[in-house]
Amino acid sequence: MSATVRPTQRQRAFAERAARTVRGRKAANVTMLTFLSIAALAATLPLLVILLHLVKLGASSLSWNFFTQMPKPVGESGGGLANGIAGTMILVGIGSAVGLPVGVGAGLYCAEQAKSRLAQVVRFLADVLNGLPSIVMGIFAWEILVRPLGHFSAFSGGIALGAMMIPMVARTTEEMVRTVPNTLREAALALGYARWRTSLQIVLRTASAGIVTGALVAIARIAGETAPLLFSAFGNQFWSTSLKQPIAALPLQIFSYAISPYDEWHSLAWAAALVLIALVLVISILARLATRARAGAGHGD
Amino acid sequence: MATDLTPRATYAVPARETAPGASPMRTRIAVQGLDAWFGQVHAVRGVSLDLLDRRVTAIIGPSGCGKSTFLRCLNRMHETVSGARATGHVLLDGREIYAPEVNPVSVRKHVGMVFQRPTPFPTMNIRENVAAGLRVMGDRKPSRGETEAIVEQALRRAALWDEVKDRLGASATGLSGGQQQRLCIARSLATSPEVLLLDEPTASLDPISSQKVEELVYELRKEITVVIVTHNMQQAARVSDVTNFFLNGELVEGGPTERIFTAPRDPRTESYLTGRFG
Amino acid sequence: MTAPTPHADVSAAPPRADAPLPSIEGRSRGDVVYHAVITGFALVVPLLLAAIALAIAIGGWPALRQFGFGFLTSSAWDPVNGQFGAAPAIYGTIVSSIIALVIATPMALGVSLFLSEFSPLWLRQPVGFLVDLLAAIPSVVYGLWGIFVLLPLLRDPVMPFLRDTLHLGATGFFSGPAYGPSMLAAGLILSVMVLPYIASVSREVLYAVPRSQREAALALGATRWEMIRHAVLPFARPGIAGGIILGLGRALGETMAVTMLIGNRHEIAMSLFAPGYTMASLIANEFSEASNDLHLSALMAVGFVLFVMTLIVNGIARWLVWQVARRASGSAA
Repeated sequence: MSATVRPTQRQRAFAERAARTVRGRKAANVTMLTFLSIAALAATLPLLVILLHLVKLGASSLSWNFFTQMPKPVGESGGGLANGIAGTMILVGIGSAVGLPVGVGAGLYCAEQAKSRLAQVVRFLADVLNGLPSIVMGIFAWEILVRPLGHFSAFSGGIALGAMMIPMVARTTEEMVRTVPNTLREAALALGYARWRTSLQIVLRTASAGIVTGALVAIARIAGETAPLLFSAFGNQFWSTSLKQPIAALPLQIFSYAISPYDEWHSLAWAAALVLIALVLVISILARLATRARAGAGHGD
Repeated sequence: MATDLTPRATYAVPARETAPGASPMRTRIAVQGLDAWFGQVHAVRGVSLDLLDRRVTAIIGPSGCGKSTFLRCLNRMHETVSGARATGHVLLDGREIYAPEVNPVSVRKHVGMVFQRPTPFPTMNIRENVAAGLRVMGDRKPSRGETEAIVEQALRRAALWDEVKDRLGASATGLSGGQQQRLCIARSLATSPEVLLLDEPTASLDPISSQKVEELVYELRKEITVVIVTHNMQQAARVSDVTNFFLNGELVEGGPTERIFTAPRDPRTESYLTGRFG
Repeated sequence: MTAPTPHADVSAAPPRADAPLPSIEGRSRGDVVYHAVITGFALVVPLLLAAIALAIAIGGWPALRQFGFGFLTSSAWDPVNGQFGAAPAIYGTIVSSIIALVIATPMALGVSLFLSEFSPLWLRQPVGFLVDLLAAIPSVVYGLWGIFVLLPLLRDPVMPFLRDTLHLGATGFFSGPAYGPSMLAAGLILSVMVLPYIASVSREVLYAVPRSQREAALALGATRWEMIRHAVLPFARPGIAGGIILGLGRALGETMAVTMLIGNRHEIAMSLFAPGYTMASLIANEFSEASNDLHLSALMAVGFVLFVMTLIVNGIARWLVWQVARRASGSAA
């Protein structure tokens, strides 16, 4: 119930200064927030722009021919990249045959023997391997498989890709196996399951959805890799499914066709890129959905 | 000074010593001088007791008294924790289960265990869960037809059959907590173990499910040896024939349940039962 | 011994053995095999890394021995006369990566801050996912897009704009003919490729800042931006730094997109409009056509330098992220 006091000169000056500062702060606030929003928008644009270009420039070349025909000589139309598609499938197959068992096994080891010295080392080194430039894998495959044998080969390309897969799959597998509650393992042991059976038939099976997701993501990544193949699988103009010969691959074809001077080849490169992106995107989206579904549903504990 | 602690039972409990068909008192598992450690922590200290056949033996005590650890020594689950070890003698039907040539895996096929939290295998349906233990029976593994019959019988013994008989192919995780726990009991029973160990089986269940589990434990005693660890004294009084009181890793007192609850001999037992601690 | 009582119905149970405990040797054979197999697979990881390091080191040794430390500082690259120096490649790697970080960090931070402070919760997942998807696009596709969309754009109007209209040509960094393939082009495409890594780590770290920090600042009368600057960012700084260094690690090793956009010239030039080389693109470009053993060895030596550089940078990144994890577990939120 105090009577209103008329502000003094000093108080008025202070209030004015404060108001100016507040105006300044508010202005700064708005500026920064606008900048942030623009930056946010800018960050989401590249993906959409690239996808748009891919569809616009690649879809027209996508046809049945694309998947079944061999590349035609320059000047002739209607060629396809059948050898590249087959080659990518073969290389990914070899890579998975090597990378998946070793990766899952290593991941199982790290999850089960979590505190052991070897597990800590493997975890750390797997992260290191994951961060290596993929061209280093190519040099490695060249040094151990191409140089001694004297020629490029699909096998060496597959090994390079497999070597890349191992640390990827190991980390995701370990993560997934760790989510299986220990009580489940104990319940199996208490039923008379031996340790190995518990690990494989109970723990691995429970984590299998996540492990498969991780494996698919790894496959999607190596399917798009070019650098490891540059001097291992090397690429091949002709149809070849032999493991001992150089072999074509979609990423390699995209590379060589993109830097070529021929328009028809450019179109083929766009189509191949579209196919590759479609594969990668579909798997990534499925993986993300699967992860969210699992997180939502819980493990029934 | 002993207060009357006989709780009001929610179902008729016949006087245990004169239960029809009660078999003579025979020791199923004899424990002699059992010690158990977690690293340096001495969790069970020199416990000796007999677990009687066709009886429910309860183990009570405040948390941390070693009762769960003791239980896990009976089926050699204690040693699955890294750094854990046990010494002493545990004789199942006269055979030492800690003998060096004995495979712990085989021990667990004879001594089943149900844990505090229900643990149905999430990737298996109800039928597969119950039959899970049958898959590892080696050359005594039953055939497909026998398996169906065993599954049904186990579910009946676990008082779950009527509730799930129409949906044996449904996922086990779709069941309620109480049903899941009974499923785990059925799973353990399917392999016809001689002994069933229950580690606080109703701790995470609602009262109605708890009651169902208690009733089925009470029924099970006609066929197998049951050992139940519980922090709920009233549950022990309702369900068991013999009660053992543990404190700080030691067996303080054990005997017929009615006597323990009405006339405990050790002052520590009385203190615990009257709620002065724990 | 186990005579059924009248109450038990055990007829359907499997027959029991006479002796309750069959004697089996200590550990099941299955356990031994299983353990051996997964241990073996686990051992592959360190062995693989060692093999890679060895292979490159051995391959690069002849060149390193011949040129010594000068290999890192010399700009000569003459396969015919056997002179090799990695300085342009190292320079190009560092410059293109720095350009990438300078452009990507504000965008990544922007989108992460947007998601953590302003966006409605339902936007978080989709937008975050869109940004993360950038990491899934293969490098060669970025390169393809770069050649046919980015380069023409740079040639006309962007580079002339920077050089002439903004008069940045005077600084020397944006001068010279605007052919397209350039350090600038490589830096730009790298920034898009590196953005998701910085954004992802930043997002995680920002989400982890406790609400109490934010609310305390707001309660004191801070504006939104002031709250971010004084309450949120300091908390998240080491994590964000880790994300940036992680992005750096990625940028150092990117090969295909850079090869396709950088012009592939052994040259250290001041202008960003000039073509250049990075270590990875050098190897990619010349390895299959290396003219002699010394050439090959020099390329592998470049690979070794790249290998070591990446190891160090990624190690720093992980250490920073580890610091964040340690701090988070230490402080009660």
